[in-house]
Amino acid sequence: MVLVEAIILSVLAASTPLLLAATGELVTERAGVLNLGVEGMMIVGAACGFGGAWLSGSIIVGALCGIVAGMLMSLIFAFMTLGLAVNQVATGLALTILGIGLSGLIGARFVGERITTAPKLSIPGLSDIPLVGRILFGEDAFVYLSVALIVAVWWFLYRTRAGLVLRACGDNHVSAHALGYPVLRIRMLAVLFGGACAGLAGAYLPLAYTPFFIPGMTAGRGWIALALVVFASWRPGRLVIGAYLFGAVTILQLHAQGAGVGIPSQFMSALPYLATVIVLVLLSRARTGGSTAPAALGTVFVPDR
Amino acid sequence: MLSPGPADPHQTQPLLQTVGLTKRYGDFLANDAVDIEIFPREIHALLGENGAGKSTLVKTIYGLVQPSAGELRWQGAPVKLSGPAEARSLGIGMVFQHFSLFDNLTVAENVALGLDGKEPFKAISERLADVARDYGLPLDPKREVWQLSVGERQRIEIVRALMQNPKFLILDEPTAVLTPQEADQLFVVLERLKAEGRAILYISHKLDEVKRLCDTATILRGGRKVATCNPKSETAASLARMMVGAEIKEVKPPAERRTTVPRLVVNDLTLAPAELHGVRLQNISFELKGGEILGIAGVAGNGQDELFAALSGERLVKEPGTIIIDGLACGNLSITQRRKMGAAFVPEERLGHGTAPRMRLSENALLTGHAASDMVRHGFINAAATLRTVDRTTETFDVRKAKRDPEAASLSGGNLQKFVVGREILRTPAVLIVNQPTWGVDAGAAAIIRQALIDLASAGAAVLVTSQDLDELMEIADRIAVMFHGHLSPALPRAEATREKLGLLMGGASLDQKEAAHAAGA
Repeated sequence: MVLVEAIILSVLAASTPLLLAATGELVTERAGVLNLGVEGMMIVGAACGFGGAWLSGSIIVGALCGIVAGMLMSLIFAFMTLGLAVNQVATGLALTILGIGLSGLIGARFVGERITTAPKLSIPGLSDIPLVGRILFGEDAFVYLSVALIVAVWWFLYRTRAGLVLRACGDNHVSAHALGYPVLRIRMLAVLFGGACAGLAGAYLPLAYTPFFIPGMTAGRGWIALALVVFASWRPGRLVIGAYLFGAVTILQLHAQGAGVGIPSQFMSALPYLATVIVLVLLSRARTGGSTAPAALGTVFVPDR
Repeated sequence: MLSPGPADPHQTQPLLQTVGLTKRYGDFLANDAVDIEIFPREIHALLGENGAGKSTLVKTIYGLVQPSAGELRWQGAPVKLSGPAEARSLGIGMVFQHFSLFDNLTVAENVALGLDGKEPFKAISERLADVARDYGLPLDPKREVWQLSVGERQRIEIVRALMQNPKFLILDEPTAVLTPQEADQLFVVLERLKAEGRAILYISHKLDEVKRLCDTATILRGGRKVATCNPKSETAASLARMMVGAEIKEVKPPAERRTTVPRLVVNDLTLAPAELHGVRLQNISFELKGGEILGIAGVAGNGQDELFAALSGERLVKEPGTIIIDGLACGNLSITQRRKMGAAFVPEERLGHGTAPRMRLSENALLTGHAASDMVRHGFINAAATLRTVDRTTETFDVRKAKRDPEAASLSGGNLQKFVVGREILRTPAVLIVNQPTWGVDAGAAAIIRQALIDLASAGAAVLVTSQDLDELMEIADRIAVMFHGHLSPALPRAEATREKLGLLMGGASLDQKEAAHAAGA
């Protein structure tokens, strides 16, 4: 029982940065913008988040630093792709390369330092309930925030007029423009939201997951988040399933390795990625019309006035 | 409902007026000092060739484009529109030619996006159903747009515009994609809107419609207003003359041609769509003889593009015998192999599909001509031969261009279309398959292209023409078949192919049913 609880707890922890980053990217892509720079925004968020927390001694300040750093990174992307109408794929890839370099520069000063990670919630009585107590009432604030955020995004996209307009921009920017909606401004806000989420997801790693910063600590999580958005066919509900499934495979393979399953560890480490590929293939085979990708995803829009 | 105005609209103040309206894009004058007056209770036609400035003018009236000079007056007072929302708040509605709809959203969501106000979504859905029923334009608010036919999509646009209760409604080429019967239904709605006191600006190049429906017509040419007249007292020919500024060459009707052996045979062609929301081709069979032009009519999006892809070899079919060109089974052969067998193909989209926009004409000539010509020798390009092809095409088809060998994208639509069609015809193909040969082409170029197709067939080739323009097919085709939902109807000889029959087929009725209905009515 204790082992199951430990596994579930670590699955939730491993899934949270994926869920946060993927939530931001989902909104960005729903507005029609493909930002492949999630990994770069995350790693800069991680470096700045750790720096902020270490210098101020506050996890909250650290998290805010991560968010602002991610937004600044996405602002570069927005300026290039929306302002100058540069190709989104190339810009996104460049953003990731920039982010990896920049985070090394910012974080060099903090390598080897330690902080106290974000505290876990503790409600006397509730948190002590066997099995479910710690899982439901004993997490750090980021876990609750990530769940609240995806629920809020669902509500925003499907229950508000602003969300409808955002989806419309992603489906057909020419029509949205013809009806008088400010396509570029809406996309800009969506990109900034994506940047904030990616920055927060990056900051989660040194603030709650491990108590230190090392260069390259995002380890491809930004790419996984991108794949998750496709996996979820751009739907918030499926995104939650995808993020936790991926987190679960990551953790289970670690436990399997620990238990000495006779499979090469390299193969086990590759399992989460393999699982993503397989699910993507299955989903694309099962596709039968209806909404999949936002139709205008990744296309540049230049309004004529 | 608006308050009824005086019987004679010209006694009242114009509802909307443009004074010296000018729009400049760089050196290009899209609109040059256009004055137009539109009165309540009036259906006002805006006529002109492609590129005459109609779209720019209505975009300016709808607030999408800011004028460079001149002003807009609404009920006598000058207004400056910051955007479509402001135009809508004045009472200006617009139904776009290329629908401004969102395929993956529902009908109600699409309508909600076109409304300003704070109306809750549920109320919008209910009002949508009411308005749709009231005007006889049935719509299901919950369906997603990609599932709907072109006619239904247009209904959404119209209902969306009507829900704002506009005083002034702009319709941009509304019948271009409708069957004749659907167009008739639309005219009933427009007449009712007029009777309710609204004004309508009706953009079209179908002169018969304009004569039938409109009270006033303003004609644009090259960005300028050339005339305002009463279309009912003009003839179609005189209107066309004002639009083009010159007489249009008549197309010589096809002489009695001798048909020879079958050159293109399609046997039971069934093909699943390659794209999301694509059309499945269902058991298509036909036979096309040398010396014959077969026309395929149908509303856009009923499988014409899919059929073209299968015939040209852009998509292969498993069973080679499904498509037979000059007696050789070629269903599984590539586009190049089919060209070597004497087939030639002209797709609908001339920029991007028919030509590579940023490549020179000579390079574009090579792209389709390399298989069966002297343009490639031992793997090397013979530049002189590619240029010769350009020169011959230019001469024979009167392609107007600035240089000897410009980029494809620099040609106007009509001239590029003449090049694309001419390039294939000069190869004297045994079988020519052409999609929308005169789409968006000025009347002069259209006449040249149609004549070339007739001449090619007279010389013994088999020609398959797919077009949404019924007049075009009735002018050049020997037999006409109709595509609907991926099915192809049996071909009717031209003498039997009336607009009414074709229209019914385009709407999905089979002729047997129609005859049965006639029998029942009689």
